[in-house]
Amino acid sequence: MKYVDEFRNPQQAQALQKEIEKLSRQIDKHLKIMEVCGGHTHSIFKYGIEEILPDNIELIHGPGCPVCVMPRGRINDAIALCQHPNIIFTTFGDAMRVPGSQTSLLQAKAKGADIRMVYSPLDSLQIAKANPHKEIVFFGLGFETTAPSTAFTILQAAAENITNFSMFSNHVLVIPALQALLDNPDLQLDGFVGPGHVSMVIGTDPYQFIAQEYRKPIVISGFEPLDIFQSIWMLLKQIVNNRCQVENQYNRLVEPAGNKNALAAMNQVFAVREKFEWRGLGEIPNSGLKIRDEYAQFDAEVKFTIPNLKVADHKACQCGEILKGVLKPWQCKVFGTACTPETPIGTCMVSSEGACAAYYKYGRLSTMDKRNQSGVFPQPLSV
Amino acid sequence: MCLGIPGQIVEITNPEHKLAMVNIGGVKRQVNIACIVDEQHPPEKCIGDWVLVHVGFAMNRINEQEAAETLQLLQELAAAQTI
Ligand code: SF4
Repeated sequence: MKYVDEFRNPQQAQALQKEIEKLSRQIDKHLKIMEVCGGHTHSIFKYGIEEILPDNIELIHGPGCPVCVMPRGRINDAIALCQHPNIIFTTFGDAMRVPGSQTSLLQAKAKGADIRMVYSPLDSLQIAKANPHKEIVFFGLGFETTAPSTAFTILQAAAENITNFSMFSNHVLVIPALQALLDNPDLQLDGFVGPGHVSMVIGTDPYQFIAQEYRKPIVISGFEPLDIFQSIWMLLKQIVNNRCQVENQYNRLVEPAGNKNALAAMNQVFAVREKFEWRGLGEIPNSGLKIRDEYAQFDAEVKFTIPNLKVADHKACQCGEILKGVLKPWQCKVFGTACTPETPIGTCMVSSEGACAAYYKYGRLSTMDKRNQSGVFPQPLSV
Repeated sequence: MCLGIPGQIVEITNPEHKLAMVNIGGVKRQVNIACIVDEQHPPEKCIGDWVLVHVGFAMNRINEQEAAETLQLLQELAAAQTI
């Protein structure tokens, strides 16, 4: 497939691997590089990238999986909405197995709630037109990559005057989360692999503070193996040369100012929430999107009563430490025993983009052992 | 969740609603092109464009020249090592 296969060429991957090795020998410290986006985490495991990196380069799997950071309270709210006999609840498939306090959407569906998985938010509008006597509520989630599509969906509902459609917005923003991570003293990162598809919407300019204020290098990266290798290579070159810059490996899709139509639609429909709770990370200021008052008729939080209760994370769950990168998945006491993809306790085990599910699925136990023995990975920190 | 897949616009199915048909690895699907059209790029000019598709939307155009330059650099790197 064009724009996919070319970026999986094994010879070029080997060449990059050699360059990475050469550079890593010039760095006499253990480097921690965070890939922010869950899509990168998934590719890194799928292609075994972590295993062929030099021992002094450690990848920390960041919080960039919107499903993984959804707090239990919001899942409970979604399930409360589904219980309404007149509501058809539509959602991306990714959210179905995320555990709330009692059940997941999948379990609620099994018990009879009308929950439908959709590929695109626009599909919800078709369902609304086909069911004029029902209320259709779409579970809006995702980062800036996805928020423009739900904004356009609301704009289209407004243009077509579809009155039985609304959205339960749980969109989250990458930049405030990065800021929170950078301010966390537990986390001493040496650089970032930046999220490619969020950046195709927001551009590369919003990351400048990372290089300028926090003096960390960041390379915005594509998702194929060569993209990720090249980004790590570019990061190492910055580190060796003592540079801290925002660089763009993914310039076939990402421009400095982002996509103006997408940003305009987002700004028209959404306003930034003062704070939003992230599972495991707690409340982060300015990190979520709500629907603007002008579009209140499409806001499920205005249209329906929802419990809106905060619920603490499961006691055993260490997703917060995983998302911050201070613990490795196998260091969680319930990893692979009480917590598996079939019976997830925490969200990092639900999505294939979560670090726990990735470790579980791609079973790199040999790497875990090797790294544990060599003491390269730190022992669990008490947080 | 942020995953996207490259596809090529083969037909404009509904210019008013900004809908187009995209060929994704041999499979055709309808996508919304509101993110990639403006005065310079009205819908009819989008045919043949490569785009990144995410949740039913063409989110951005793929810049062919930038892609070629990235690949060229990687080829040169691999070639330099084999000499
Ligand atoms: S193993 Fe399960 S409970 Fe432990 S951190 Fe991972 S997802 Fe959370």
